[in-house]
Amino acid sequence: MGGGMNLNMNSAESLVAQILGLSGGSAKDLAHLHHLLKQSDDLLLSSDSPPASLLSQLDPSVHSLGYLYILEVCTSGPISKEQSGEVALLIARFIEACKADQICLAPDKFISVCKRFKDQVLLVEAPIRGVAPMLTAVRKLQTSSEQLTALHSDFLLLCLLAKCYKTGLSVLEDYIYEVDQPRDFFLYCYYGGMICIGQKQFHKALELLHNVVTAPMSAVNAIAVEAYKKYILVSLIHFGQFSTSFPKYTSSVAQRNLKNFSQPYLDLANSYSTGKISELESCVQTNKEKFETDYNLGLVKQVVSSMYKRNIQRLTQTYLTLSLQDIANTVQLKSSKEAEMHVLQMIQDGEIYATINQKDGMVRFFEDPEQYKSCQMIEHIDSSIQRVMVLSKKLSTMEEQMSCDPLYLSKVGRERHRYDFEDLDSAPHKFNI
Amino acid sequence: MEDEAEIYANGSASAAAETPRRRPIISGEQLDIEAYAALYSGRTKIMRLLFIGERCDNVSMQMEALRMAYDEIKKGENTHLLREVVQKIDGRLGPNYGPDSCWADAVDRRADQRKEKLENELNAYRTNLIKESIRMGYNDFGDFYYAHGALAEAFKNYVRTRDYCTTPKHIVHMCLNAILVSIEMGQFTHVTSYVSKAEQSPDVVDTVTSAKLRCAAGLAHLEGKKYKLAARKFLETAPELGNNYTEVIAPQDVATYGGLCALASFDRTELKSKVIDNINFRNFLELVPEIRELIQDFYTSHYASCLEYLGNLKANLLLDIHLHDHVETLYDQIRNKALIQYTHPFVSVDLRMMANAFKTSIAGLEKELEALITENQIQARIDSHNKVLYARHADQRNATFQRVLQTGGEFDRDARAMLLRACLLKHEYNLKASRKQH
Repeated sequence: MGGGMNLNMNSAESLVAQILGLSGGSAKDLAHLHHLLKQSDDLLLSSDSPPASLLSQLDPSVHSLGYLYILEVCTSGPISKEQSGEVALLIARFIEACKADQICLAPDKFISVCKRFKDQVLLVEAPIRGVAPMLTAVRKLQTSSEQLTALHSDFLLLCLLAKCYKTGLSVLEDYIYEVDQPRDFFLYCYYGGMICIGQKQFHKALELLHNVVTAPMSAVNAIAVEAYKKYILVSLIHFGQFSTSFPKYTSSVAQRNLKNFSQPYLDLANSYSTGKISELESCVQTNKEKFETDYNLGLVKQVVSSMYKRNIQRLTQTYLTLSLQDIANTVQLKSSKEAEMHVLQMIQDGEIYATINQKDGMVRFFEDPEQYKSCQMIEHIDSSIQRVMVLSKKLSTMEEQMSCDPLYLSKVGRERHRYDFEDLDSAPHKFNI
Repeated sequence: MEDEAEIYANGSASAAAETPRRRPIISGEQLDIEAYAALYSGRTKIMRLLFIGERCDNVSMQMEALRMAYDEIKKGENTHLLREVVQKIDGRLGPNYGPDSCWADAVDRRADQRKEKLENELNAYRTNLIKESIRMGYNDFGDFYYAHGALAEAFKNYVRTRDYCTTPKHIVHMCLNAILVSIEMGQFTHVTSYVSKAEQSPDVVDTVTSAKLRCAAGLAHLEGKKYKLAARKFLETAPELGNNYTEVIAPQDVATYGGLCALASFDRTELKSKVIDNINFRNFLELVPEIRELIQDFYTSHYASCLEYLGNLKANLLLDIHLHDHVETLYDQIRNKALIQYTHPFVSVDLRMMANAFKTSIAGLEKELEALITENQIQARIDSHNKVLYARHADQRNATFQRVLQTGGEFDRDARAMLLRACLLKHEYNLKASRKQH
């Protein structure tokens, strides 16, 4: 191998030879190859032989790193629409075949190739073709399932456009703790929230949107504004109320500005709180155009129908039996028939526990039959406890790490110094940096 | 079976038997304005009469009140009030009740002279630097302005005496003056602060003064809709108050205000120990038998009779200068309390009987109960089909499981969100630090 290392790098052919020689070797070989590849960008661009022909000499599953570099050069130029499908296929095959440990040496190259892939499938208007390869790409790029990659948001966007919500959810089920780029995080949460909304997993959607709204930010961004609008709507659907006050950890930028961009939504929340269908409907009518241009009209309609449900649910707290006509009257439905449909649907969805007696038009409400005695429930509780224990362990590791972080300590130390001297003196061992 | 029926009716049957004895409700009838006005003195008497003149629908009562107000004003020195009442009378009481400009001019002239005299005196005292005289001077000024209706000026002068007070007794005197003017101005925050100032020197405060302070504090709490605190203050008022504070409140008012506030805000045991067994307060209650009776009825669960008393009293209470704004709220609270207490001991309640006990329709009762259940004030559910209210026993075990799971979920979510925010902050900080280095 020693001879190969000193070989003069003057042609693309010899680079291919290097790739062929070093790819299968040890980590040291791979590092050396990576070093060579980094210096060969110009060479590949100016090469006589087209890079595509070089690719045919390589096996993506063995020579992944080299393949990646050449593929990146191949796809960097303008691509005509006719070629799009072909290029997309080429990249898709590479993503499927490549070795994770090799591409992880050059994550930036991999990310840029994958982003081009996304562009191409969107160009040919076939987002569904991108979903599976992108998921593979995400998984290969991740060093752990807790890491947010730059490809997460692109994957979720493809899922949304292809309406493959379930596939999207599979990624959202992993808990993310490591974030490099705030923008990736914002988009991940926003698209993720939309996917959860599509699957009616409002609880999870709220969590994701909440993360965007309350994330630290130094300037307002469009993602946060749109997330806030959806957050209001989903809160109304899920909880039946919306509190306009932000949690205290929300950035001051968000606290000051988000409301100004979402007045129609706040009005909607206000009219919802009156509990009157007519007021809610008129508010929807006044702001209909705004909701439509925001692409939120569908959600707004769900808000309206959630109010009927909420009002019926409230009745179950109060009544043991109630006639369908009375239900229709109290929740302002047009007929007892319509009330029956609503009640039926809610029983089916497990939102209320009741039986309808069609003979005399009476509905009998029951309490939640859950007794917290079943094996299933115990398993559920146990898994919750386990989850919280893991989380609490994570918290303490995190705290430990942070209290050893020199950057953090120097910042805290400086600020302490500014405020109170005595306190610092009493705990010198903590700040001896 | 019979016993059961009686339980369900919750005493309404026995109440019906006794009704003849209880029937005569004196103040349920039209307000006797003359007797009412006789309870008060000073400015509040005029203001109360004017208030009745403004609020009362009955024209003859209205005129009666305005006539008495006119006469009362003539005894004083407030020409501004006279103009006001004359405008309201609008010539409807004949030539004797017109704008007596002769009187007004004379009063104004005298006022100018008096003011000049007071100013000279005060200046003389100030050059001599005799503290006590200066205090008296300001006090006279306060009295002067108060009599002429310049309340803000009066308040300023009374408060100014504070710098020249030499004994705690003077301070208490100053406080009482400030309280009086503040009540007339409707500035109840001042009232509260001067009451607490006066109470800081307890050894000087005699029983009567202390009773006055309790009343003033009670009024302030009432105005602030803090009915429970108001009730406590009125209940603590000593019977020595008697007719010593007629420029603010009559002892009958102490019974009414205190009684109603207590009913609206106290629970059963508190009602028993602090109102019914309160010997001091009994003295006040004796003055307004209707209030005493309705409290007794409420406590013995004769709700129909209690509500009837309340209904009869309502028109007159709405004419009370301090209580009118709070009548509706207090009544609602008392009624809700009664409904809650009625349902409390039972596993099931027949709505027909309950509606009967409260003299209302079943549909109306259902609506009221629905509101109370929604607010979680009654733990029960309505069987609208059979018209029965069933008590609902919260299953502690299930509720605990539910709460635990919910709390766990919340902790989980919040902790993860926090970790993420920490991560973003760290990223931002690192970015700044790296920028600084370059």
